[in-house]
Order: sequence, then structure tokens, then C-alpha cells
Amino acid sequence: MSEHRLPERDRPWLMRTYAGHSTARASNELYRRNLAKGQTGLSVAFDLPTQTGYDCDHELARGEVGKVGVAISHKGDMHALLDGIPLDEMNTSMTINATAPWLLALYVAVAEENGIDGSKLSGTTQNDILKEYLSRGTYAFPPGPSMRLIADVVAYTVEHVPRWNPINVCSYHLQEAGATPVQEIAYAMANAMAVLDAVRERVDESLMPTVFGRISFFVNAGVRFVEEHAKLRAMSLLWDELGRERYDVEDPKLRRFRYGVQVNSLGLTEAQPENNVQRIVLEALAVTLGRSARARAIQLPAWNEALGLPRPWDQQWSLRIQQVLAFETDLLEYPDVFEGSKVMDGLVEELVTGAREEMTRVAERGGAVEAVGYMKSELVSSHRERVRRIEDGDLTVVGINRFTETEPSPLTADAEGGILVVDPDVEAEQIAALERWRAERDEDAVRAALDELRRVARSESENIMPASIAAAHAGVTTGEWAQALRDAFGDYRAPTGVGEAVAGATSEELESLREEVDRVSDALGRRLKVLVGKPGLDGHSNGAEQIAVRGRDVGMEVVYEGIRLTPSQIAASALQEGVHVIGLSILSGSHRELIPSVIAQLREAGVDAPVVIGGIIPEADAAALREAGVAAVYTPKDFDLNRIMRDIVGLVAQHHGLAAAA
Amino acid sequence: MSGAELGRRLRERDLSAAPAALNLVEARRPGGPEEVAALLREVSPGALGGDAPAHVVGITGPPGVGKSSLLSELVAAWRCAGRTVAVLAVDPTSRRSGGALLGDRARIAVDPADRGVFIRSTAAGDTLGGLAASTRAAAQALAAAFDVVVIETVGVGQSETDVADAADTVAVVVQPGSGDVLQFLKAGIMEIPDVLVVTKADLGNIAESAVRDLRSALTALDAREVEVVAVSSIPPPRGIDELVAALDGHRAATDVAARRLHARRRHALADFAAEHGERGLRALGGRREAERLLDSLDPRLDVPSLRAALEENAAR
Repeated sequence: MSEHRLPERDRPWLMRTYAGHSTARASNELYRRNLAKGQTGLSVAFDLPTQTGYDCDHELARGEVGKVGVAISHKGDMHALLDGIPLDEMNTSMTINATAPWLLALYVAVAEENGIDGSKLSGTTQNDILKEYLSRGTYAFPPGPSMRLIADVVAYTVEHVPRWNPINVCSYHLQEAGATPVQEIAYAMANAMAVLDAVRERVDESLMPTVFGRISFFVNAGVRFVEEHAKLRAMSLLWDELGRERYDVEDPKLRRFRYGVQVNSLGLTEAQPENNVQRIVLEALAVTLGRSARARAIQLPAWNEALGLPRPWDQQWSLRIQQVLAFETDLLEYPDVFEGSKVMDGLVEELVTGAREEMTRVAERGGAVEAVGYMKSELVSSHRERVRRIEDGDLTVVGINRFTETEPSPLTADAEGGILVVDPDVEAEQIAALERWRAERDEDAVRAALDELRRVARSESENIMPASIAAAHAGVTTGEWAQALRDAFGDYRAPTGVGEAVAGATSEELESLREEVDRVSDALGRRLKVLVGKPGLDGHSNGAEQIAVRGRDVGMEVVYEGIRLTPSQIAASALQEGVHVIGLSILSGSHRELIPSVIAQLREAGVDAPVVIGGIIPEADAAALREAGVAAVYTPKDFDLNRIMRDIVGLVAQHHGLAAAA
Repeated sequence: MSGAELGRRLRERDLSAAPAALNLVEARRPGGPEEVAALLREVSPGALGGDAPAHVVGITGPPGVGKSSLLSELVAAWRCAGRTVAVLAVDPTSRRSGGALLGDRARIAVDPADRGVFIRSTAAGDTLGGLAASTRAAAQALAAAFDVVVIETVGVGQSETDVADAADTVAVVVQPGSGDVLQFLKAGIMEIPDVLVVTKADLGNIAESAVRDLRSALTALDAREVEVVAVSSIPPPRGIDELVAALDGHRAATDVAARRLHARRRHALADFAAEHGERGLRALGGRREAERLLDSLDPRLDVPSLRAALEENAAR
């Protein structure tokens, strides 16, 4: 037997596509088609109301139902979603966090009603709340109770659903929020420690090695694929060390670093979107190339994610990338190809050292839960630095700041611009279906189940899962489950990190912008004031945060309102704060419904300040939004923030009849 | 709309005049000071026929202590009791660029449809560690229309004096386990507040011992009358009704008219000194003489009128 070949070819990783939209029935059809194409696991995308625990008829759900994923309101929807899929054979990953105990309860309840015991189920609940505070924004409850819910899911599954991965500790979204590789490693490890420490309080000490073995990770891979691979090896090393030293896990198998991956979306461009395909391929190599740190499960984004929602064909293209890599190339025939590589060892050493230092800083602040504010402001600062490097040309992004000459792309030539448009009737249908569901169920049973849920939530020591599963059987809805917990735990708003973000290095352009802001402010009589916020449930706040920080750095007074705002909140704030301009960001595709509603409410409140919006806005929609009264629309191709700032100042000057810049 | 008109509307308790009044008060355009003076004249004790009805409450404490969560609960309690509330959230940071990030508003949970709540974020700007003159003027203007006006500031040890001059009652907020306030109090670095609030009462023993330590420090400082209230904003909220009662209790026990008169005179002198410097003070015969002059003026005058009187005298 040779040392450079494996005796037999490795089995490929689990292949998934992050998918789901509209209704449970439509998503079920999509899943069946995907499985027929050779996909080997499911990855369920839920819509934002389901992720944040609101029923589809809640004010905040408006425009979001069925948009970025499937709407699951109760066990009836879950039955429809999984119809005809053998749950005892399927491996299902659910991207669900704040409401993870509830969606797992629905999954278990549906399996039970199909005669399948929990012990037969396998899959993953993402169930990681810290990265929701730091990056993704779909949290619902305060940190303490949220960590307890995570621990409850872990404690429950270890005993009753032993093949389940109860949590995917996510470094993925940290990179999307601007994390450097060192930060990605350090914050993920610190997060995992916080989870393990919380679980330790709720299970018997003898179970801790098993618990440790069930913790998996969800990582990111950017286009710097050599360093990214080193990052995964560094994480394996640190995880093994943590298991040995902090949690006394003796079995090396239980200390193995297990991870799934979705490669980078942050680096995908709207301009020349076909270039994203090669980016995705290279990023897929980062997580597969070296056998000793290879992903267990992979899902790849689609080439057109910066444009809008991908269609089934776009997702098929990404699945085929995985299949070519696994079945056509010789990748799976060799042992680890980096063993003994000086370059790789050196990179890993560098990252491990850096990560240890950063982990110490988090530990000094009392661990990951206490250090959320610190980590958030570090991420905002890192992201600001990344944006600056792209603006200044220090970081090349092909098609964005270099090689921008291009032929028109035939891929986006169709009427919808090469993306999926969700039928706007879905929301009304889902609301009608929810009303029918409520009318037909046993109200007494529902009330009793919710009372029990509230009692358990307040008890602190009891596990939330059994009461949740009982509530699922009783016909409780997603919004009702979450409201019962909100009653017990209270609502929460995470730190925004923008207040603490240090000012960037100054530049000639920045100075000139400041002078212009000063000039316009003097003419206005008070400092130019801008309101920045995100309407709807979309929690991806990186863009809004960068705009807020840059606005401050050029001398504006920025009222940063953060995420999850209703149109009436935005109107009230704009009026009371006396702002000169309003900047809104939406990435979930709900702009068609929400923006006109915001503008109507602003005008009704008597605010005539211009409104600019940013986000993933297809060109076809931009025109309609301008017609509805939006002064300017910015999309991912507008990477130059100083230019946006100059536009905004000009817009305010024009609105107040002031002379244009000299 | 003119300052006088806005002032009249506020005097008639027209809450919808608040945004425009604040825009005016913050303005630095030519003619701005005259308009602000006209507004303040309309809400002066003279024009109102007595002191403005609002309870002006200063809430101050270090960052991260839970002031915003506490404010959410307080606002809810005041609204429940039918009292209208205005909040001035002051951002303390001052930057060369003049820019500021005002993020507090997002952390105070209120019903956007409720017209009885008004929140305004303001930057302290170039005033060192304290309140901008516009914030004082804003509080005076809003006090004519709202039942409660809150001035929220960040910091411990520097800014309370400023807040104390603008508010009828100052509450300093601390969290258990932070010994700074205790040390500052004992060392006399910090003025004794009117009410002390200990947050995170859900932490149990740590919070209770913080309350005990503060009480014994206050006793040692012969300030036994200062109430120490432990609160928790985590459901079920605790201590909020007690805090409301403590704030009301302090106001009832205070000669508000005298406190405000004193503050107006101090502000007028400070504004005068900021504008005309030592030379201006000398023209008045020194600080002591200036204070004597102020004491002799009509107690119902607003700050700009008092300042104008000083200027008139200095020019003589």
C-alpha cells in the first residue's frame, strides 16, 4: 500500500442546497426535485417571520412572508414541507436559531405522527445565538434565556435524538460581517465554550464528552483559499486542544472538529456576476482540498446571490460544482495533501497564535456572552477596514475596482433580471391558511399547552423541549410559541457596535467631504442629521452599519436605529429627531412592500426629508421605487461609500435649495 | 414657524410643536439666538404664570449600566399613569469631524403610535463632558408642554453637576459590583445625587449588597435622605414603581422654584462668561457683583433675558 494513495476512494461529503421559499408545499416540491438531482441532504431555509418567531399576520412580518425561505407556522406546514421524504433516512439541516427549539419540536412531532421515533432522526439545528447578535440579526430573546434554550436543545437531543447535531457554532456569519480569519477562529471557539459551559449546568457531568462530540461548526470560506484552508486546520487543532484540556474528553473521536460549510457570499459581486462561479469553485476547494480538515457537509451559494433570490436552475449549477469536484476529479483518492507542507504549517501556526491572543481578550471580558459588545465593535471595525481597502484599490475585486470593462451579460438578460421573484400573493394565502388553522384546532388544548410552556420557561431548571413538542402536537403556532417565551424572557435589542467603532484613517477625500458637510450644515443652520435603519425583519446590518459609521466620520449626526423597524417607528423617529435625510437598508427582498409603506407614513407624519435606500434591489424594482418617491437606490455594486456620502449631502442641499458644491 | 409661535404652542401643551421647537433650539444660524430667546420667553415663569409644570429628571450613569432598558420601563410606567414624557438622550462623544453616532433611541422601547412620548437624540458637541446649552434650552422648552422631561447623559463623576443644574431631580444609575461610584462618593469626587438606582436587581445577592454599601456610604456622608432603589428590567420588571415614587418624593420635598431660579441665574452667567470672557465679567465688577445683580432681577425671567440684562449692565 502506498503512502500517497488511499486504499479506497473516500466517501464524498453531504451535498446540500440552502433552499426553501413561499409555502411549505412549494418548498417540498423543490426538495424532491433537488434530491432527484443527486443532492444527499436537505438544508431548509426559513422565512424571517419563522426565524424571529412572528406569525405571518404580525405587523413586522409584512412583506417578509415566504421571501428568503419557507413560512412554517405550525405542524401542518411542517407535515407539508416533509411530505414523502423518509425522515428516518434523511439528514436535514435547519438554519434556525432563536426559534430552534420550536422548529425541532415541530420536526420531532411530525416524525412521531408519522410513526418515526426521535432516535431515528438525523440532522442539524443551527441554534447559535451569539452570531445572531453579532451579525445575522434573527434573535428574539435576551442572551441569558437564549443560552439556556440552546443548552436545553443540546441536553434534550443528547438523550432523545442522539444522531442530531443540536448546534452548529457559526463562524460563517462572522466572516460575512467582516471578520478576519483570526477573529473568525477566536470568536467561534469562544462561542463554543460559552455553549458548553451553559450545557454543563444542565446535564450530568458524565455526559459532557458525548455533548462535546455533538458540537459541530458552520464555517465560511473566502476566496483567499490557501489561507482559508489553513484556518480550518487551525480550528481543528484548537478544538482538539479545548476538548482535551478544558473538558477532559479522552476519546479522540469525540474531539474531532466536525464542520459544515457555506462558502462566502460577502465576496460575491453584482457586477459581472458570472465571475462568482469561479470564486465559488475556489472557495469549495478551500474546504475540501486537505483531507485532515475536510468539510462534512457543503452547500454552495448561487452565482446570482448579490442580485436577488436564486432560482432552482441557479442552485442546480452550484450543486453540479460539488458533484464535479467529488465525482470527476481525483480529490477523494489521496491522503492529506498538505501534510508536511512548510507553507501550510506556517500559516496554521500564525493563525493559532493570533486566535489564542484574541481568545484571551474575549476571556478577559468574561467570555463570549459578556463580550458580545466588544466582538461586535471589532467586527464593525474590521469590515470598515475591508471596505476602505476596496475603495482605495488595496484589495482587488475583479469587476469591481479592476477590470471593470465588460460585455453585457446574457445571464441577466431575461425579464426578471436572472433571479427568482416570489409571488406576492403568497403572504395573503399564508395568512388565510393560518386563520383556517386557528379556527379548526382545539383552543382549550392550545391554551393549556401555552400555559405549560410559560410555566416551564419561567422555571429556569426545566427543559423547554418536552413542553414545546406537546405544544407542537396541540397545534400552537410559531408566533404563539415565541410570544409565550417573550412573555417570560422579555424582548431584546443587541448592541450595534457602531458607537464604539473607531474612526478610520483620514484621507483627502474624507477631509473634502467634511468640509462639504460643514458647509451644508452651516447653511441648514444645524448639523446635517441622518436617520439610518432597517425596516422589516432582515437582520443583515453590515451595510447599514458601514453607512452609519462613515456618515459619522464625514461629520454628520447619525441616528442609528438598527434592525427590525416598522414603518411607523421610522416615521416617528424621523419626525422627532428632525433629520434631513433618511437611509434605509433591506436585503430580504421585501422592499417592494415596505418602502412605499414607509414613505406613505413619513409623508403622513409631515416629514418631507428625502429617502435613499440600499440593499439587494433588482434594477427592475429600482425604477418603481424611484417612482414611489425614493431619491436614490444603492446596490452592492456601489462599493464607494464616500461617493454615496457625497450624493447624500448633495441631495440634502438640493432639497433645501442650497447651492451645489463648489 | 417663529420661536414665539412655537413657544406659545408649547405653553398650550401642544406636543406636536416639540420637533420644530427642538430644530430651532439646536439651530446655529444668524438670528437663531433671538428666535430661541423669543421661544424661551413664551415658556418663562413670567409667561406661564408660575414654574413649568414638568418634572425634569436627569438620569445619568456609566455606559452599559442599563439606562436605556430602565428608561423603557420608566416611560411605560409614566405613560400608564397618564403622564406625557419627553426624553433628551445626550451623546457625550465629541469628535473633530463634528459627526456623532446617536444610537440610544433604538434601545428605548416605546409605542411609535403613542403621541404622548417624544424622544430626541442630541450630540453634546464641543461642550466638555457636559450638557450643550441647547440641551438646557430644550429641557426648558419641553418642560412647558410635557409632564416629565428626562435628560439622559452618560458618565459618572463629571456630568452630574451640569445635569443637576438642568434637572429638578438627578438619578445616578449604577450596576452592582462596580465600586467606582462608591469610591467617588466617599472621596467627594462626585456630588451626592438625589436618587441612586442600582440596576440588575435580578442578580440577587450582589445587587442587595450593592444597595447596602451605598446606603451605608450615604449615611456616613450624612445624606440618609437619598433613596437607593434596586431595579430590574428583565421580566417581570422590579423596582420601577418604587423608583417612580422615589423620584416623585424627591420633587415633592424640593423647592423646585428656587432650584430652577438658581439654575437659570447660573446658566445666564455661564452663557455670558462664555461669550464675553473675563473682560465681560470685569465690566460687571466681577463674578460676585454679577451674581448680586442677577439676584436683584425679576425671578420670573428666562435665561436669555437674564443674560441680556447682564450685557446691558456691562455695556453701561
